[in-house]
Amino acid sequence: MSATSAMIMVEGLDVTFGHGPSAVHAVKNASFTVAPGEAFGIVGESGSGKSTVLRALAGLNPAWTGSIVVAGEAQPPHRRRAFFKQVQMVFQDPYGSLHPRHTVDRILSEPVAIHGLGQSDRRIERALLEVGLGPAFRFRYPHQLSGGQRQRVAIARALILEPRILLLDEPTSALDVSVQAEVLNLLVRLRRERALTYVLVTHNLSVIAHMCGRLAVMNAGRIVEEMTVAQLRAATPREAYTRQLLRASLGYDRRAADQFETYD
Amino acid sequence: MSASASSRPGSRAWLLAETPHSRTQARLGQAYVRWLHFLRNPLAMIGLAIVVALIVIAALAPYLTSHSPFAQDLGNRLQAPSAEHILGTDELGRDVYARLLHGARITLLIVGLVAIIVGPIGLLVGTVAGYLGGWFDTVLMRITDVFLAFPRLILALAFVAALGPGIQNAIIAIAITAWPPYARIARAETLTIRNSDFISAIRLQGAGPLRIILGHVVPLCLSSLIIRITLDMAGIILTAAGLGFLGLGAQPPMPEWGAMISSGRKFLIDHWWVATIPGVAICIVSLGFNLLGDGLRDVLDPKGK
Amino acid sequence: MAASGDPLLTVEDLWVRFPGRTRVVEAVRGISFAVGREKLGIVGESGSGKSVTGRSILRLIQPPGQVTARRLMFDGIDLARIDEAAMRDIRGRRISMVLQDPKFSLNPVMTVGRQIAEAYLIHHKAEPAEARRRALDMLAAVRIRNPERVFDLYPHEVSGGMGQRIMMAMMLIPDPDLMIADEPTSALDVTVQMQVLAILDDLVSKRGMGLIFISHDLNLVASFCDRVLIMYAGRIVEVCQAARLREARHPYTVGLLRSLPRIDEPVDELQVLQRDPAWLDAPAP
Repeated sequence: MSATSAMIMVEGLDVTFGHGPSAVHAVKNASFTVAPGEAFGIVGESGSGKSTVLRALAGLNPAWTGSIVVAGEAQPPHRRRAFFKQVQMVFQDPYGSLHPRHTVDRILSEPVAIHGLGQSDRRIERALLEVGLGPAFRFRYPHQLSGGQRQRVAIARALILEPRILLLDEPTSALDVSVQAEVLNLLVRLRRERALTYVLVTHNLSVIAHMCGRLAVMNAGRIVEEMTVAQLRAATPREAYTRQLLRASLGYDRRAADQFETYD
Repeated sequence: MSASASSRPGSRAWLLAETPHSRTQARLGQAYVRWLHFLRNPLAMIGLAIVVALIVIAALAPYLTSHSPFAQDLGNRLQAPSAEHILGTDELGRDVYARLLHGARITLLIVGLVAIIVGPIGLLVGTVAGYLGGWFDTVLMRITDVFLAFPRLILALAFVAALGPGIQNAIIAIAITAWPPYARIARAETLTIRNSDFISAIRLQGAGPLRIILGHVVPLCLSSLIIRITLDMAGIILTAAGLGFLGLGAQPPMPEWGAMISSGRKFLIDHWWVATIPGVAICIVSLGFNLLGDGLRDVLDPKGK
Repeated sequence: MAASGDPLLTVEDLWVRFPGRTRVVEAVRGISFAVGREKLGIVGESGSGKSVTGRSILRLIQPPGQVTARRLMFDGIDLARIDEAAMRDIRGRRISMVLQDPKFSLNPVMTVGRQIAEAYLIHHKAEPAEARRRALDMLAAVRIRNPERVFDLYPHEVSGGMGQRIMMAMMLIPDPDLMIADEPTSALDVTVQMQVLAILDDLVSKRGMGLIFISHDLNLVASFCDRVLIMYAGRIVEVCQAARLREARHPYTVGLLRSLPRIDEPVDELQVLQRDPAWLDAPAP
């Protein structure tokens, strides 16, 4: 796709934590593009840097070098408020991403108040309905909700500002299997209805295969390979690391396990 | 859902409703649940009773005794407890019971004012230092360290030397040395909270540091702070009593309990009630605050939720 | 139903109750099963009672939790009836347990080698030098490449995968007959998971051990174990051979299988599990 039509364009992203000899070079020269309306997956194991990429993209971590272009605008390390109306994020831990002392109503009304959008009541009610929670949930506290319900509230919070891009950091990894399906279905439906662009980060290849069209594989801070999900399903990855990851994701196989190498 | 508060079962059901219909209902419901939890702890209830008794006595002191705390009756000095003077009289013939009750007002005043001063200051300094980090953190924490270095009584002496003795100066002196630990507690809590996903989420909505600190960080620090202040009340009472004992706090003829112990010291052997009774009162009130603080910790500990 | 020979462990009508302030929580409600020298998987979601089952076998449930069973037969001994001293003999020596996260189950202030050696010395009278030698052998058996070096490391200095292998070494050194593994690989990356499972696989088959593998990951258990038990709300709702999991009959199992996204079988919409209240009281299969 051409540079002008891409929704997200990341070029040469480099993120280092700390200084001196104990510095951790978490992301090394990562580059990728995401088209409007596309669902792009980033898969990797722990320490691969995938969450760091997402956080840099979101503007949570200003200590990066390289170029991040969102909707045609190059982004500075500290984002302007208008950026957050375009880009929102859903976090992994449903128990940690909602303030324990705020009701659902407060959690949803705050972004509306920050951006001065008005019509807070109507927006809140609509947001709750969209994620499949009724008005009964509006004045509950997070500890009165189940994991799946909390994640729905987190999704409602992300969508109440009507962003165009949603960043998803392992959105279902902390949920029970049966709840995961509901949340994944919800995310698929929302993307279709609102023509959202997704960047989904996870260690679970099957989730990426279900949700995304294209994906990037990260290992030790680098993007090792980019491919379409069709190529993934056809089991034709180019890189040995990706092949190994795919093999491991399909289930336990004694013979295959012997051939696994540790890639550092 | 019945909104009538008159029928007991109705209002209890309203408070414990699974699905509250308004912010007020949700908040009151939470407070009610915490209250029920608190009720289950007998020691905490005793502590609460003592503190409530202190407040009631302080409020109603003039009505609880017909004697004046200031009226001297030199012909009746150092009388043992009797029907006329329930707790005896002191060295100037004043009724000890009346002085005790009016002294409760002073105790409450000292404790209340110190808490109101040190709580918000410590909270603000700690949360701002913890959240903003960097230079703010360094500067604020070094200022905190400076105040932490002062021993309370020495500073009080310095104040008195500069500004003269009196209850206001005693309160200021205590407050100035009491706030640093709360700043530290608030900062420690803030450092933990700062990395949570919900803080990242609100940052991602474009919230500025002020909104985050006041709306998101402070509510989570309040519990530890309230608990710590309550537990420290006992120490504050004792410090005020110490200052009074040294003649630096409330000046005569004010019936401050520490001052009463000081002046009654000389008569301790033969006329024990003059010094002992205010001492017992200090013990009971300190104990009450300690028990209350422990009970609050069980109920308010955020890790429980 | 056991793979070979008599069952190592027979559980009959196990109940685990946690009395609370207002009501009693029944975490495990009358389950019965047997484990032989095979790999048995217990699969369930959170709240299904699978972890509680594993812990109750080794009597690790603290009061006020109550564990009752008609029989808990292990090699002719009824674990439900023996006293604590006898139970201590069995724990670690004859039945051992591997937990999920080595960060939390290894002592952070002791070197890993010492912990493994200690695990040996608890159950065998031996010289420290002998215990050290056995610990080094065990580290080699779990395929740690440099046992001498790793012996002196502290738990925070080893990676997750290595920590789990050290945990396994510690639990295997007394040469138990049965091992209970509670989510042993859930905290690990998927490739490391496979490597650790391969080691577990070898050790179990070489020593003729029985293994109870508790997990929430249905696919993993189906590919690794010989037999699978599915638990729901404290009950066993399905028992089947792992290879025949696709032919499962209970609607809960079927629902779970259909709700998982699969790389090789794309679907437009995942089938959401519809819970039937009747499952709560269904009789055991």
